[in-house]
Amino acid sequence: MNYETVIGLEVHAQLLTRSKMFCSCSTDYVNAPPNTHVCPICLGMPGTLPVINKKAVEYTIMTALALECTIPEYTKFDRKNYFYPDMMKNYQISQYDAPIGKGGCLAINSNGHQKKINITRVHLEEDVAKLLHRGEYSLVDVNRSGIPLMETVSEPEISSAEEARDYLIKLRTILRYLGVSTGNMEDGSFRCDANISIRPAGSKELLSKVEVKNMNSFKAVYQALKYESKRQRKVLEEGGTLVQETRGWMDEKEVTVSQRSKEYADDYRYFPEPDLPPLFFDRAWIEEIKARLPELPEARKERLMAQYGLPLYDASILTSSRAMADYFENCLKLTSPDKAKIISNWLLGDFSRLLNATDSDIENTRISPGLLVELLNLVDKGTISGPTAKAVFEKMFYTGKKASDIVAKGKLSQLSDATELNGIVKQVLANNAKAVADYKAGKQQALTFLTGQIMKATRGTANPAVVREILVHELGGG
Amino acid sequence: MNKLCQLTIHEAHELLKRREISSVELTKATLERIAEVEDKIHACVTVTGDMALKQAEEADGCIRNGNITPLAGVPVLIKDVICTKGIRTTCSSKMLENFVPPYDATVIGKLKTQKAVILGKGNMDEFAMGSSTEHSAFFPTHNPWNLGYVPGGSSGGPAAAVAGDEAIYAIGSDTGGSIRQPAGFCGVVGLKPTYGRVSRFGLVAFASSLDQIGPIVKDATDCALVMNAIAGYDSMDSTSVDYPVPNYVSYLKGDLKGLRIGIPREYFVEGMQSGVKSALEIAIKKLKELGAEIDWEVSLPSTKYALAVYYIVAPSEASANLARYDGVKYGFSEQDAGSVIEATEKTRQFGFGTEVKRRIMLGTYALSAGYYDAYYLKAQKVRTLIKQEYEQAFEKCDALVTPTSPTVAFKLGEKLEDPMQMYLSDVCTLPINIAGIPAISVPAGFVDGLPIGMQIMGKPFNEETLLHIAFAYEQATEWHKSKPEI
Ligand SMILES: [Zn+2]
Repeated sequence: MNYETVIGLEVHAQLLTRSKMFCSCSTDYVNAPPNTHVCPICLGMPGTLPVINKKAVEYTIMTALALECTIPEYTKFDRKNYFYPDMMKNYQISQYDAPIGKGGCLAINSNGHQKKINITRVHLEEDVAKLLHRGEYSLVDVNRSGIPLMETVSEPEISSAEEARDYLIKLRTILRYLGVSTGNMEDGSFRCDANISIRPAGSKELLSKVEVKNMNSFKAVYQALKYESKRQRKVLEEGGTLVQETRGWMDEKEVTVSQRSKEYADDYRYFPEPDLPPLFFDRAWIEEIKARLPELPEARKERLMAQYGLPLYDASILTSSRAMADYFENCLKLTSPDKAKIISNWLLGDFSRLLNATDSDIENTRISPGLLVELLNLVDKGTISGPTAKAVFEKMFYTGKKASDIVAKGKLSQLSDATELNGIVKQVLANNAKAVADYKAGKQQALTFLTGQIMKATRGTANPAVVREILVHELGGG
Repeated sequence: MNKLCQLTIHEAHELLKRREISSVELTKATLERIAEVEDKIHACVTVTGDMALKQAEEADGCIRNGNITPLAGVPVLIKDVICTKGIRTTCSSKMLENFVPPYDATVIGKLKTQKAVILGKGNMDEFAMGSSTEHSAFFPTHNPWNLGYVPGGSSGGPAAAVAGDEAIYAIGSDTGGSIRQPAGFCGVVGLKPTYGRVSRFGLVAFASSLDQIGPIVKDATDCALVMNAIAGYDSMDSTSVDYPVPNYVSYLKGDLKGLRIGIPREYFVEGMQSGVKSALEIAIKKLKELGAEIDWEVSLPSTKYALAVYYIVAPSEASANLARYDGVKYGFSEQDAGSVIEATEKTRQFGFGTEVKRRIMLGTYALSAGYYDAYYLKAQKVRTLIKQEYEQAFEKCDALVTPTSPTVAFKLGEKLEDPMQMYLSDVCTLPINIAGIPAISVPAGFVDGLPIGMQIMGKPFNEETLLHIAFAYEQATEWHKSKPEI
């Protein structure tokens, strides 16, 4: 039988507020010694009360608006009750039936086609503490307890591991554009759980739903969902039955393993948090937040294409991070719009290559937009050749020095003087009699070889146009 | 007995201001009184004598410098459910027997800025669950008027201490009558303020939507003075309300002209002691003599559901509030277990008393999937209805008067094995918590040597009217001046 895969994603993102969700402790805990960013409130001590972090609510509203959610008249918090030593109060303050955002959507581009994934809800809750297992015993680090955690839940409308990955990347890009979360999966500030099931193609009914946890990277999400949709098909093909359960992804073994079966639903005994009155939204505040939302990736992509005539490919990659797109447009502020494609080529080419090679971000680069534009101006004026520019760029990347300084110091100015080049060309031709003969016998590649030899002899500074002119003349081709 | 311990706050204040006594003398007198009668009354879980004398010295220093606030240098007993920095806060539970909070409740901070002297912590029903203080994990408190009787609860320790002159005043908490019912049983004054009037920060939660801190004092003037000190918005408590705090003392007037007082018929319940009923009738007559217009036609028909609503809402909230006691972070911890789950289970099995466990189970059940709508949600709807009935009653009345309890204090052990009978002793007080309105209990007579409490209920954030009526009644009667022989 032909099956189709149905996936819903729950994404938890820690918000970049300065203080925790319900107390004034710092959220900057990642490098802090255990249990140093704690207070009676986030320790859940008797008699303490939560106070809502307004910034966290604002960030969640921003996200909800960016995902085209409706912001209801009011929102409220609820207690989600269950016992676990990572939870200081043994209930989590979360949101049950009145989330901050409802009914949004996110457009993804998968395999070249556009698809809209509906968003069920965006809500706010508190993170739990971290347990460090030490074999015989476990330690509790409460620093993470109470960090604002925003949960985005998609409808079960994602139909492949590829789409799931694209959805996550897109969602993360939006959160980063908004500046509400780092979106880093590696350090746990961006986490994803998936519900995955299969059903006969075209059917509406869902078979047993499997919740997959412990996916700590985009790659893990992709692999785990790929694995799981294959596994479920295999179970059915072999005549087995699927059970509703939670499975954990094992990164090293590249398999999912059953953690617990969920024959009956968890009963979290949700009820309205009596310590926090409902929040009635001031519409003017929502409008004000809406008005200062930054341009989002989708809109920016369209604009870059329209404004600078960039191809879809370039615009997509440039807008995949706000920092990259900002960098691109900051360069254009310093030069003319017709340089857009050249700048894009640099960003997508050498710049990205070096960033990847050094595992660094464009935010921290030593090459400011001004420095890059200066380099391009040197190429433009003919001061340096294209190949030289690449070498200069690499030096700039590592040192942060000005292109003109590197050029002056390394005597890298472009050699365009015909008399001087003539001598070098003659020398090269004399040293490469075979290539000259080949060319004369009709082998066009020989010309490329000879040009390369000339470039080598001039350390790449020879003006390619002048060299070509002299070569053709010397070889009697034109 | 040194007579100093019998003073009210305002009497002590006058003497302190005139420098006729010092806070140290007053504090010593109170500590001596505690030493004298505590083995009979058992009102205190912890007495912090040395700390209190140090605070008294500091208060004397301020007073000498001409810096005197109404509560400066006056000793107070704190119900052991309110967090006090550096002083263990047990909630009269084995679970928190050795718990010393590293923070003060907002109310304690306010008392400290007034240079109050903290004597120690008052006994109570475990986690404020109970109506007799017999559910204390440590020992029951005895009624100073008759040591064979309960002082009421859950603030039985604080009420008995004030009645027995072991403290000049006390701070209690009220979730379903826990200030008013013991105040009534012990013949003292107790006020449950409007929900949101006094910060709950640092009050160990029982039922968050019902809990409120309030004064237990010897007369209406003291009540006004304490309210002046503790009322007000607190940014640490999102349920506290930013509503102006009047000077309550300025409302204490001797006549009740122009006030309309309603008598809701549903509060003169079946099973009400005849002595209580007749005492109330006499008290109401007195209110009329003082100039109030009495309206006998007030009806609050949904009152009969209040008990049911209360026993769904309060245990539900408690089941979550008390979940944090798992032996991992603080308090009692049963280590003899094979797993985390087992350790949590055993900690809660041995750390909590029967009544607490009963309510946790009630609440857990009421919130469970499939029951939530029928219990919790329904209870919230009825709660709204009860609130609305009060609003309607207050459209034509400035205050309502009822007995605080249908009976006077009962014997120790009498209702311990019958939770339902115990719950019924709060039938007149808990609708007020359900509605979130303020109510005060004032002494209004005796039956067989045991005090009767009259409850006056008011509009939200209108404590001043209650204090006005209480003060006028007090001026015309002598009940509040009676002292038990211990
Ligand atoms: Zn904290």
